[in-house]
Amino acid sequence: MKQKTKQSRGGLWFFIIMLIIYLITFFLNSEKTINAAEYSSKLLLQIVPILLLVFVLLFIINFFVNPGWVKKHLGKESGKKGWLIASVGGVLSVGSIYPWYALLKDFKDKGMRPALIAVFLYSRGIKLPLLPLLVHYFGLGYTLLLAAYMLTFSLLGGVIMEKILPSNEK
Amino acid sequence: MNGNSAHAENSRLKRALVLSTRAYMNMLPIIVGMILLTGLITEFIPMDKLASLFGNNTFLDAFTGAFIGSISAGNPITSYVLGGELLANGVSLIAVTALIISWVTVGSIQLPAEALMLGKRFAIYRNLMSFIFAIVISLLTVTTLTLLN
Repeated sequence: MKQKTKQSRGGLWFFIIMLIIYLITFFLNSEKTINAAEYSSKLLLQIVPILLLVFVLLFIINFFVNPGWVKKHLGKESGKKGWLIASVGGVLSVGSIYPWYALLKDFKDKGMRPALIAVFLYSRGIKLPLLPLLVHYFGLGYTLLLAAYMLTFSLLGGVIMEKILPSNEK
Repeated sequence: MNGNSAHAENSRLKRALVLSTRAYMNMLPIIVGMILLTGLITEFIPMDKLASLFGNNTFLDAFTGAFIGSISAGNPITSYVLGGELLANGVSLIAVTALIISWVTVGSIQLPAEALMLGKRFAIYRNLMSFIFAIVISLLTVTTLTLLN
């Protein structure tokens, strides 16, 4: 409970610090700061639908998914299926990373293995909807090779994280 | 019996709503803060004068590419466009590949948010590892491509 309070304050403090930084940069270079604020507001507007979707997902997870389910499918005993769910889930996940942190934290609190969180986050680097664009810029062979290596290294990353994280964080 | 199950369902619904709202409210200032930070970095760090940073040896170029990708933020499409421009300016495919990979896998800008949500140690280890992976994968991809061609 104490940790939860600390985390919520941490987020709020981070937001306040960002506002202070904007205030300082405004006095140093008002034009660039206004441009930055405009860029940020456009970005924020773009992710509003995703943020709403995240709330719905959070609600669905909290309603239907219990710690027992997470432990079974994504926990220490999940086996190969857990690795598959994490990597495929990462590739299929879309949108800004920030809402996904919240979902993964929720899963972690419910018993998800940190190694699988690392797999999910790395395989997110394979942007399925953007692959045609990557093909357009760099060619099909290059795109396929890159995707294959990234998928392989996402699993390798999970294994390494499992080895290097202290046992109380696994 | 039916009344009991309806009551249980109702309290489960309420509990899920409270938990989701709490998680959401904790997450919101971090997300908005990160978006503000992304705006500042995008505006204050010029992306068009980067080609001059390359042109050393293969490994150093891959390192530079991975470093630029790591400190950059925004849509991955930007990294493809930037990568295309860098290639046209004579920058090696290995460096461009390292940039493209680290752009989507290393989140130094998102690090505070990742550390707050998933743990400081987890976030630092994962991002360091992803940085090294970006260099290794870029070398492997371009070498394999050259061998296949």
